[in-house]
Amino acid sequence: MSQTDTRVDRVGARPTLGRARPYWTTRRRDQLTGYLFIAPQLLGSAVFVILPLILVVWYSLHEWNVLAGTFEFVGTENYSALAEDTNLGPVLRATGLFSVGLVVFNLALALLLAVLLNQKLRGTIVFRTLFFSPVVVSLVAWTIVWGFLLQDNGGINGLLDTIGVDGPNWLRGETTAMISVVVVQVFKNVGLNMVLFLAALQGVPAELYEAAEVDGAGRLRQFRRITVPMISPTILLTSIITVVGSLQVFAQIAVLTQGGPGTSTTVLVYYLYQQAFQFHHFGYGATLSIVLFGIVLALTVLQWQMRRRWVHHES
Amino acid sequence: MSREVPLRAKLGLYAILMVLAVPFVFPTWWMVTSSLKPVSDIFSFPPKLWPGDPELDAYRRVFELQPFGQQYLNSLYIALVVTVGTLAVSALAGYAFARIRFRGQNVLFLVILAGLLIPSEVTIVPLFQMFFKLGLVNTHWPLILVPILGAPSVLATFIMRQFFISLPGELEEAARVDGLGRFATFWKIALPLSRPALGAVAIFTFLHSWNLYLEPIVFLSSPEKFTLPQALTQFVDAYGGPMWNVQLAAASMTALPVLAVFVVAQKQFVEGLAHTGLKG
Repeated sequence: MSQTDTRVDRVGARPTLGRARPYWTTRRRDQLTGYLFIAPQLLGSAVFVILPLILVVWYSLHEWNVLAGTFEFVGTENYSALAEDTNLGPVLRATGLFSVGLVVFNLALALLLAVLLNQKLRGTIVFRTLFFSPVVVSLVAWTIVWGFLLQDNGGINGLLDTIGVDGPNWLRGETTAMISVVVVQVFKNVGLNMVLFLAALQGVPAELYEAAEVDGAGRLRQFRRITVPMISPTILLTSIITVVGSLQVFAQIAVLTQGGPGTSTTVLVYYLYQQAFQFHHFGYGATLSIVLFGIVLALTVLQWQMRRRWVHHES
Repeated sequence: MSREVPLRAKLGLYAILMVLAVPFVFPTWWMVTSSLKPVSDIFSFPPKLWPGDPELDAYRRVFELQPFGQQYLNSLYIALVVTVGTLAVSALAGYAFARIRFRGQNVLFLVILAGLLIPSEVTIVPLFQMFFKLGLVNTHWPLILVPILGAPSVLATFIMRQFFISLPGELEEAARVDGLGRFATFWKIALPLSRPALGAVAIFTFLHSWNLYLEPIVFLSSPEKFTLPQALTQFVDAYGGPMWNVQLAAASMTALPVLAVFVVAQKQFVEGLAHTGLKG
């Protein structure tokens, strides 16, 4: 009994302790830890993402030539200059062609490879490794080899010659140059989309195919009616990643074609680089940055809207 | 769709796979073999798939023409620092957003996520100006700080958060009942469990830094500061035409070590990237 009494005494003493309760409760300490944990990322975002984004808007309202040392407020003049820039039309056209070509070719090939690798077959790991390997090859190294292969007297035309085909000078023709930069980029990175598709395909329940087979549906029909709807979230994800990635293409263009011939492969990022860092028009370069940002934003919003329409389920 | 395949179809599949593998494998093969050919053989017809009389002259020229060893070290240390830094920043932030409750959490998460919509190409002009004002142009700081703290690490944080959310909370709760503080819980319990996610983030961060091209050519101007991608394009003759065998030798030295690591650890590469659903 006496033990119980002491315990009651102790409990009775609590209110006194409570009055002097320390400021640093577990909850408060936890909150502070949370802020400290995110602090580097948050400050980094503020300094290296948000601030530059604000600055890019500010710069776009200025005539700014670094060489001449001029920096003056010109309002929306740079934006009217966009409308008068005769290069901008072809640049946007090249950007669009590159993106569309890349996305279509990349997703189609990725899906084909994934379906092939998803068969019950020995040695698929070896092929998966081969198809994926360009992803880890340095981008510029990969581009240099392709540039070498695509020379008029290079390896590809050499191989074509042995079967009696007279290959074009790939990087010197407007159409073939565009095809070349798309193809080089597709083979470089298609392995990534391939493994994403492969993971998605492996997640499709086998019962669905068995049921379809009982119903007498052919392979192609099964693919259209079962596979595509079941992996549609992955199709959406890969298409967003690939589209946004395609708008950032730079090294391949700089190394293979320098935007040429003419402006046929001058995509927006390359044009931005030329204007800002080769011609030193920082104000106009900033304006082109805004155009790029607008396109990325619009496409992302559009694709998320599309998700509601045709993606079968959310994973 | 994994169903038994009859033998004839199997042979057909192998044939298709082998043909499809050519554009993925041949360029690397061609890069290495051509770098071993004498200049006179480089554009020989018909193309030689194997260097008849391999020589290492091009490899020697690589080091004569540029401080290539230094450039190699530059790329390597920058990529390593960026990888370690990104892991630290993104694991901490990802853990906090997944596991700790604090005021303004969702808004702050959205602010950071905005970085995903802002490719670094959009902000390259002001970033150049900022580093110029700080006197850090032609140093490696922009190539280290921006990836660790800016837009490129946002994806890493997102992946780490998704991973920590998926971890069962019981272990951590037990640790906290045992009196472990938040940081100790994070460090001793959560972090060791998150190795697969950390591995995937490390791989794509390293590759991203290793491949960076626009930023080095914007920020760096002296050859001893160059990174590999930038250096590779500088092996040109007096007329600005590429010295192919030297470029290919330098490209081989850049690509082969990473390829070797990949072949050894291909499972981690492929599955890690597939499971986190990302792209570098």
